[in-house]
Amino acid sequence: MLSSEHFAGWAFVTPGVVIIVLFGAVPIVWSAVMSFQSDNGLSPSTPFVGTANYRELLHDPVVTQAIQHTLIYTALFVPGTMLVGLVLAVAMNRKIRFIAFYRTAAYATMAISTISEAIVFIWLFDPSYGIVNYFFSLIGVPQQQFLNSPSEALYVIVAMTIWGWSGFAVVIYLAALQGVPETLLEAASIDGAGPWRTFRKITLPLLSPASLFLAVWLTINALQLFDEVYLSTSGGPLNATTVLVYYLYTEAFEQFNFGYASAIAYFLFLVIIVITVIQFWVGKRFTHYRS
Amino acid sequence: MTALSAPARSGTDGRDALARAPRSRRRGWWLPFSPWHLVLIPATVILLFPFVWLLVTSVETPAEALHFPPVLDPHVIRFANYSDALASAPFVRFFVNSAIVSVLTVLSNLTLCALAGYAFARFRFLGRTALFAVLMGTLMVPFQVTMIPQFIITKWLGVHVLASVGINHLGALILPNAATAFGIFFLRQFFKTLPLEYEESARVDGANRLTVLVRIVLPLATPALATLAALTFIDSWNNFLWPLIVTTSTSEMTLPLGLATFQGAHSTQWTLLMAGNVMSLVPMLVVFFVAQRYFIRSVASTGLAGT
Repeated sequence: MLSSEHFAGWAFVTPGVVIIVLFGAVPIVWSAVMSFQSDNGLSPSTPFVGTANYRELLHDPVVTQAIQHTLIYTALFVPGTMLVGLVLAVAMNRKIRFIAFYRTAAYATMAISTISEAIVFIWLFDPSYGIVNYFFSLIGVPQQQFLNSPSEALYVIVAMTIWGWSGFAVVIYLAALQGVPETLLEAASIDGAGPWRTFRKITLPLLSPASLFLAVWLTINALQLFDEVYLSTSGGPLNATTVLVYYLYTEAFEQFNFGYASAIAYFLFLVIIVITVIQFWVGKRFTHYRS
Repeated sequence: MTALSAPARSGTDGRDALARAPRSRRRGWWLPFSPWHLVLIPATVILLFPFVWLLVTSVETPAEALHFPPVLDPHVIRFANYSDALASAPFVRFFVNSAIVSVLTVLSNLTLCALAGYAFARFRFLGRTALFAVLMGTLMVPFQVTMIPQFIITKWLGVHVLASVGINHLGALILPNAATAFGIFFLRQFFKTLPLEYEESARVDGANRLTVLVRIVLPLATPALATLAALTFIDSWNNFLWPLIVTTSTSEMTLPLGLATFQGAHSTQWTLLMAGNVMSLVPMLVVFFVAQRYFIRSVASTGLAGT
């Protein structure tokens, strides 16, 4: 009986496990090895070069820029999306007229792919014919270069991705808001707390697990920003929107520096781990779990 | 936070009104409708505007699109943009490719993750703990770390094992994602919450393990399977980076990659681009609205899992 359970266990897990080991576990080890090799992806010889790739990374000015852009982007995108999601979810968490329509409008942003989103926003923010410049002209703001401007391009990407993720944040916050017990809010209002105070002292703490989840999830995605950059700016102008994953992509699949690109990938992994651990550590102090 | 108090400030005695809001909860006494509409209407306009402008541009003439100030109401609805877009890129093919890849990815994930998840949840077998730890380890690692070896492996498989899973074949988009550690973990957690009694009595009645899984466990796990299906479908349908790496021939492209390539080739033909974009996003939008309940519940459950 026991041996048949061993057999059944392996028979059931093998198909899935083979795929995950082949395309997940083996590549993790392989790219770690590659990050210590000089591998240009074309020549068969891949000599070990010790930590040369990592040392190069520390002195590569583009990496420094890419880190800066990635962190600036993350620092704007994550709180921005959370704030938009929170405000909209609070506004939508009530039975008023057209509420289904409002909610559906927010959810619709989840159905659109990053590529569709980027193409629409390139058009909205087109320097010559874009409608955003037209709206600006109505209120007397001079014509902007947006994605063609080294000082503005990253912020346009922040705006488009906040728009694209707002539906996701609304869903997460709405689900959490629906778990806030009505009785608690009523008790607070009977005790004379105003709505703003009730929101800050009761609703917000009860939403903190959802906030922590969103902060971590959005940060992991922000640090991996690629699609919108690839499509709208290709990292430009003048590297102004070169983020880590975009640089990694160009090194790997345009320059075929597999060794160096692997080192960048592991560096990215390290950044993600460090930031996530900090978030959980800080989050633990501000997160209230009900049970 | 400022947006929250915005409606109050627009009233004559705004601060007071907000403070008294709980007493007249359903409707502000100073407005004939809920003050929250004052937040929601502008927000909804901003959320929907990109969609509207996309649609408007897609039926303008090229001259109208390249006009400043922009033409807000085109004189004639020019559907020719759509036929022009179809003539310059095989959008139908992209759609079919996306559908094939997404549907097969969903089906194989449901099958393989259910099998493995069930074994991890219920069977005791040699190496179970170690194997599960390896799977959980892969969960933390971002795709960028594994994509270069994945590319090399895919290329090798295509040359030496089976051409249809190699570079420039749809199989290369399906096979690496045919099972995920997340899916196995997710279903295992769900299976563990089910009562053992049904399975045990079925086993006593002589049903084999596979029959128990298919006839008894899976019907009970429909909500979890639906969630996994919805999440896998969204991921697969919108995946861009992996198809970009392994696909160069137009006939094997999925919608996001096909659309991006189309954009690269017609970067200033806005009417054509918008028509192509509309055609690319309408199928997903329709699926999303038809199954909105499922998608929302699935996405919400990823967040609630953390609470």
